[in-house]
Amino acid sequence: MDEGRDARPAFRQKSAEMAVAVFIFLLGAIVIYDSVRLGARWGDDGPQAGYFPSYIGLILCVASAVNLGLALLNRRDQDRTFVEVGQLKLVLTVLIPSAIYVGLIGWTGIYVASAVYVAFFMRWLGKYSWWKVAAVSVGNSVVFFLIFEIWFKVPLPKGPVEALLGLD
Amino acid sequence: MDEVQSLIQGFVVALSFKNLALMFVGIVLGVIIGVLPGLGGANGVAILLPLTFSMAQTPGGTTSAIILLSCIYWGALFGGAITSILFNIPGEPWSVATTFDGYPLAQQGRAGNALTAAFTSSFVGALIAVIVITFLSPVVARFALEFGPPEFFAVYLLTFCAFVGMSKEPPFKTLASMMLGFALAAVGTDPVTGALRLTFGSTALLSGFDFLVAVIGLFGIGEILLTLEEGLAFRGASAKINLRVVLDTWKELPRYWLTSLRSAAVGCFMGIVPGGATPASFMSYGVARRFSPNGDKFGTGQVEGVVAPETAAHAAGTSALLPMLTLGVPGSPTAAVLLGGLLIWGLQPGPLLFVEQKDFVWGLIASMYLGNIAGLIVVLTCVPLFAAILRIPFSVIAPIIIVICAIGSYTVHNSLFDVWMMVVFGIAGYVFKKLSYPLAPLVLAIVLGDRAEASFRQAMLYSQGDMSVFFSNALVGSLTGLALLLLFWPLLSWLISRVRASTSGARRLP
Repeated sequence: MDEGRDARPAFRQKSAEMAVAVFIFLLGAIVIYDSVRLGARWGDDGPQAGYFPSYIGLILCVASAVNLGLALLNRRDQDRTFVEVGQLKLVLTVLIPSAIYVGLIGWTGIYVASAVYVAFFMRWLGKYSWWKVAAVSVGNSVVFFLIFEIWFKVPLPKGPVEALLGLD
Repeated sequence: MDEVQSLIQGFVVALSFKNLALMFVGIVLGVIIGVLPGLGGANGVAILLPLTFSMAQTPGGTTSAIILLSCIYWGALFGGAITSILFNIPGEPWSVATTFDGYPLAQQGRAGNALTAAFTSSFVGALIAVIVITFLSPVVARFALEFGPPEFFAVYLLTFCAFVGMSKEPPFKTLASMMLGFALAAVGTDPVTGALRLTFGSTALLSGFDFLVAVIGLFGIGEILLTLEEGLAFRGASAKINLRVVLDTWKELPRYWLTSLRSAAVGCFMGIVPGGATPASFMSYGVARRFSPNGDKFGTGQVEGVVAPETAAHAAGTSALLPMLTLGVPGSPTAAVLLGGLLIWGLQPGPLLFVEQKDFVWGLIASMYLGNIAGLIVVLTCVPLFAAILRIPFSVIAPIIIVICAIGSYTVHNSLFDVWMMVVFGIAGYVFKKLSYPLAPLVLAIVLGDRAEASFRQAMLYSQGDMSVFFSNALVGSLTGLALLLLFWPLLSWLISRVRASTSGARRLP
């Protein structure tokens, strides 16, 4: 995995700090907006629904404004790398298939999706032979099926394949 | 000696065959979880929590369920040491300090000694913490029976201010992370008026964010993404522990009794005040280095340098359950997950637990004694087995862990939306970890948000909106005062260091 690793910075520390601070500030603003909509004052019967969250939103905004300011003033982090291009690629090679996997769960059920996901990983990143890939990925799903559906009786999402096998 | 009598009663509960078997299952599962990257105490317990739902329905089942879950926690605490010593990869954040001296020892071929020292001192730390829990928690619970809403809010305030004052991370990042947790907790139906908050018309957000999903995403997926960056090449020392090594190490350990005692004290304190196991282990490593006669050799493979952080981490991890049981305020993310379990099983944590659920509480406390003995036996005998898990290639183990996390977040509410949230929390966990936003206060705020708000509003109703209710008597006043002191501690210590620097600078000038 180390060969040809790209050490160029994909993002700098400073821009990452600022992006997160701005994002949290916006979340804080949303919280304040919704709290004011609900009423953030003292009603006839005590505090209104937005009373407590409005303070939360306010502190959120202030704290992230300070974080943004600190990030802007910080000279030391100017050239520090937040994530290298090579690292980001590695992270995305896991993150993107994982997102597809979650999308797949709703369609095929969790057992088939998991088998496909594990197989994809072993074949693509691990370069295992097909029979090993098949054994581990199918075996893994069968074990989880036994644990959850049979042993602990916790139903997990199932799809057309389970229906075909009459396991639904 | 009421406590001793209750404890004996607890042993009767914990010593049933079923509970003993669950204890061993929990420990083994826990060590595996502690060894695997991406799975840790908090998310491991969170994933397995849904499996206990049906168990808790049977009579006496809640005790069995909490024994299983708490033993997973003990196992994870033990397991973290294995990876740090053999592979120089801390399996858990609290075992980072263990790598400083543990890995050099392993490189010198003394892995067995290091592991024995780590496990034994973990055990000692836990034991001291359990003794503290046994005798202190009934007192705290009795005391807390008198608490009203203002007092409870002051306790919550103290908990959260302690995070700001004591964490290593920048205070405003701690604050932002914590408030984010409170904001996430506020999403959904307002418990008092029934108004919908922050849902923006989405039905998926009606029930709000579950902290279990947040824990699985932040600690599980986030951790895997971080591990990936390193490219992951496991090159570990081999581990063999035989009886001779164990006995030799045990002969050496009594020399460090003072270090152990000091570390246990640091650990218990940091666990009860929610500092957590991770800062406790670093702090006691630092203290031990300063006070030890071999302090300058720390970092080159000193057994004492393994004893100090392990004792403290285990003491802190264990004593974090004290405020969870007595006040309903967890001292660590894992304690928060256990608290969530209690709520789901229909138990109300807090002072009344000691009155209404005596069997449960004392069964749990007794199981802490037994579970740690079981843990010590399991880890000492099975180290090679657990170390072998780490030799499974990452391209096999990583997708399986992600599948486990997905199943875990689905089973919380049987909703696919939660699995999506897990991915989102995973990305957030990755970014936050890299920018040193602490995750523990975020999780605790999601757990305690609703109850902190409820006690705040009740207190406000009671005083008709007058904030001075939080200083209305000596008890609540001192709690609030202490909380404010901790909140402004970073500012105070900065000012003190500035003043010191300027006076010493002034002295040097002429």
